[in-house]
Formats: sequence, C-alpha cells, structure tokens
Amino acid sequence: MTPAKDDEARTYPDGRLLSHQPLWQRDFPTDVPEDDHVARREFVKFLVLTSGAFAVGQCWIAAASALREKGPLPRTRIATVAELEVRRVVEFRYPDEHEPCLALCLGPGRYVAYGQKCTHLACAVVPHLDRGELHCPCHNGYFEVNDGRPVAGPPRRPLPLVRLEIEGGAVFATGVELRTV
Amino acid sequence: MKPILTRRQIDTIYAGMFCVVGLLVVLQLWLLTATMNAFMGGDDSVVWPAAAASFGCLVVNLWMLRRLVYLQRAED
Repeated sequence: MTPAKDDEARTYPDGRLLSHQPLWQRDFPTDVPEDDHVARREFVKFLVLTSGAFAVGQCWIAAASALREKGPLPRTRIATVAELEVRRVVEFRYPDEHEPCLALCLGPGRYVAYGQKCTHLACAVVPHLDRGELHCPCHNGYFEVNDGRPVAGPPRRPLPLVRLEIEGGAVFATGVELRTV
Repeated sequence: MKPILTRRQIDTIYAGMFCVVGLLVVLQLWLLTATMNAFMGGDDSVVWPAAAASFGCLVVNLWMLRRLVYLQRAED
C-alpha cells in the first residue's frame, strides 16, 4: 500500500513518520491525536445521553412516589396467640397476596413480624430462631431476628416491619413500616 | 472578531468539558442510587429534591453539549 501524501503529516505514538513505522502500522495508519480528539468529543455526547437517562430514572421514582398508596392498611387477623406460641413461625400475606410475611414468636409474649422478601433482591428469607437470625439463601444475607436489621451479606436495608396487635387471643397485622436504617 | 482556536486548544476544551460532564453524571448516578434506596425504604422526602438536582445536572450537561456542537461546527 502506498501512503497518501497527507499520511506523512500524521503523528504516531513514537513520534516518527509513517515511512519509519513498522509494516502493520502502515497497513492501519491511525492518527492518534485525531482519534483521541474524535473519541473524546463523541464520549462527551454519550455521557450527556447517560445523564438524560439518569434524569428520566429520577422522574420515574418521583412518579412512583406520587402514585404510592399512603392510606391506612387493613387490619387482618393472621393467627391465634396459641398457634404462634406453638409453631413459633407463622407465614401470612399482608397487605395483599403478593407480600409474604413471617410472624415470629421470640419468647412468651414477644411477637414480631417482618416482610419475607429480602431487601437485596427479594428472595424469601428463612428464619433460624435458634441462631437468632433470618437468612436469605440467594446471596447469603443475614438479618437480626429481634429487629429485622441486616447484619451480614449484601442487604443494606432492614426487612419491612409489620405492626402487630393482640386482641382476644388473636394476632392482627395493622400496618407495614418500611425502613432505611 | 472571535479568535480562531487551534486544534490543541479545542482538544483542551473538550477535555475540560469531559471532566465537568463526567463529574455531573457520576453525581447523578449517586443521586439515583441513594434516592432509590430511600424510596424502597419508604422515605419519600428526598425524591423530589433529588429529581430537581438531577434535572439541573441534565440542563448543565445539555448546555455543555450545545457548546460542544458549536465547537464541532466551528472545526468543520
């Protein structure tokens, strides 16, 4: 291949002219400063596009926040006290069929309930009351059984806390508290 | 009359733009992850201020893009 006249004016990483470059470089004559120049310019354009995508994402969160239901949740009977004392763990769904939850008996008269979806990627957590923890088997996340806070693994947020009320020997779920810390 | 910029000067301007735009995009990424975490945790108080800040970053970036296109046309 015979280099064009303009090729001699191009610069290369080692500063030598094209005629002094190795054969492969002559076959692929890249002008490095020119390449850098265009790459930088195009990358800035791509970054602005990414910036737009992030702004759209923020708007999506804002819209989801505005549409999120904030009214009081229903009062739902989930188990009897005797049942919870005997079984120690009762599964239930609250506030709707798509939200699995766990009610736990930590001792006589000590009841807590959490959402069962791990706050990392929504796998179901498994209670290990003897070890005082809730374990997510997907990525080995651990939550403290007393307050549902993460103690190990990828989860950073506590499990949603389901508020309980005891009345007439029955346990009722009355609300869900989402938490960040 | 506006001075004609050399290729090297334009290159430096592009590098500066790249730094500013890159910094703002990283800031937006942090805002998005922090807001998502707060939203998933039931805290809606930061959602709208974060959206406004992210939108502000986008406006600055679009202004930068406009200048970049202007420079590119001047080159051509």
